[in-house]
Amino acid sequence: MTDISQISTFPITCHSWNADKSLVALSLNDNDVRIYKRDGTGKWNCLHTLEGHSNRVTGIDWGVKNNKIVTCGADRNAYVWQLQDNKWKPTLVLLRLNRAATCVRWSPNEAKFAVGSAARIISICYYEEENNWWLCKHIKKPIRSTVLSVDWHPNNVILAAGTSDYKARVFSAYVKEIEAKPEASTWGKKLVFGNLLAEFPAGTGNGGWVHSVSFSPNGNKLAWVGHCSSIAAADSASDNQVAILDCNLLPMVTCLWVTENSIVGAGFDCQPLLFSHGGGQLSLVAGLDSKVSSKEKTVTAMSMFKDMDKKGAGEVSTSVATKHQSAINEIRSVSKGSKGVNKISTSGTDGQMIVWNLDSLEKSIEGLRIS
Amino acid sequence: MSKTASTREFRKVDVDQFNEDNFQDETAAEESQGPNETEVNNSLQSKNNTQALKTVLQNPVASCRNPELKTRVFKLVMKVLSLFKSSEVETAVASLSAVEVDLLMKYVYRGFAEPTSDNICPILLLWHEKLFAVGGYGSIVRVLTNRQTV
Repeated sequence: MTDISQISTFPITCHSWNADKSLVALSLNDNDVRIYKRDGTGKWNCLHTLEGHSNRVTGIDWGVKNNKIVTCGADRNAYVWQLQDNKWKPTLVLLRLNRAATCVRWSPNEAKFAVGSAARIISICYYEEENNWWLCKHIKKPIRSTVLSVDWHPNNVILAAGTSDYKARVFSAYVKEIEAKPEASTWGKKLVFGNLLAEFPAGTGNGGWVHSVSFSPNGNKLAWVGHCSSIAAADSASDNQVAILDCNLLPMVTCLWVTENSIVGAGFDCQPLLFSHGGGQLSLVAGLDSKVSSKEKTVTAMSMFKDMDKKGAGEVSTSVATKHQSAINEIRSVSKGSKGVNKISTSGTDGQMIVWNLDSLEKSIEGLRIS
Repeated sequence: MSKTASTREFRKVDVDQFNEDNFQDETAAEESQGPNETEVNNSLQSKNNTQALKTVLQNPVASCRNPELKTRVFKLVMKVLSLFKSSEVETAVASLSAVEVDLLMKYVYRGFAEPTSDNICPILLLWHEKLFAVGGYGSIVRVLTNRQTV
């Protein structure tokens, strides 16, 4: 049902699956990218180590169509890795940044990719055939702080960015050098490169840093999670109507649409949470961690000391009730079923990677319904 | 030596404020008048504590730039909170909306930071416990992340 793998004792900063989901590229909070393969016994073995970055790797994305891996790091660089003779060879991409790169994503057709950075710039990089070189263009205005996450719209032209200036924005990233003029979208008609199509606040009031943005499968809706413990969604088909939910939980740092109406978010609560978006409203459906959902037990400090005094118990348990022992930092879609995404993987700072099977979880956890 | 060499006033200037790249808070300052104080005092005199609490949380001053107004409202909120009996706190919290719970949590934390009287802390701790039961960790996180302070 849920497939738990303790990859390492080090935190997994980011991860990405290949096309047939047999290999996963991840970074263990250091300068290298490691490609892991599962052997017959279910154990994960490190197949390749991709060394190239001179500072921490902050983002990895594996292109399922072109089988190229793009990575970005705190050394202000991005590399595109290609498999040649069973070795991964890097190609440096000049991002022209003076601060760290924070996140990277291939576009849906994988001819270009977007890199967000702490330099308040999004670099859109595309391949130029004549010079055999990756070029980049910058989106600067009106970003006022670090870009924390980027996500592409299925039409390959529109890009969403979550930044730490408390806003989630939608831009046009139409590169006229490599693609045909795009059709008008529900997000906007003027699709000039760098054009701001929409801007949303992180939550009620100011909100907090927008950690993650995600487009729904058909691209009409955008979801984002903020550090103010809120999740929000905007529907471009309904005139950019925004639904914000201020949660009672610790902030989430990553989110993903699994169907057109359901979002899975995860973060410092150490478990993935399912939200439902319908009728202009967002609501929490359930947590995906069956261990925690089954019993509601709140332990206060006072009762803990009372127990220690009464029972003479000296040891304090340091493990957490959820499967992930520490914060989750990335959710990725693993496989799609008839309704939508049916398997997701989460990686956390506890070094674990867990694959959640949404279909079987829907049957086993009461109240969990994916709309 | 030039005339200005002897003065050291320039060392006290905060040059960062003149940096054009600085993040400016875009939200325009709303001119909020704050809660109606006479109405609050009337409710308190007539022992209608819950009504006083709801009134004092209206017209929130969080987005104002007027520190005296904010301090006045803060002191009034502390007064209302301290007049509740321990047994009434839970029912009062139950009558608040989610937005009011978040706002009251902000005042509780300000109350911890600037105690208005010697025995305000145990009262605030009780309020904190009851508000936390309803608002959860999210209400505390929003106190920390929201740039508009009470």
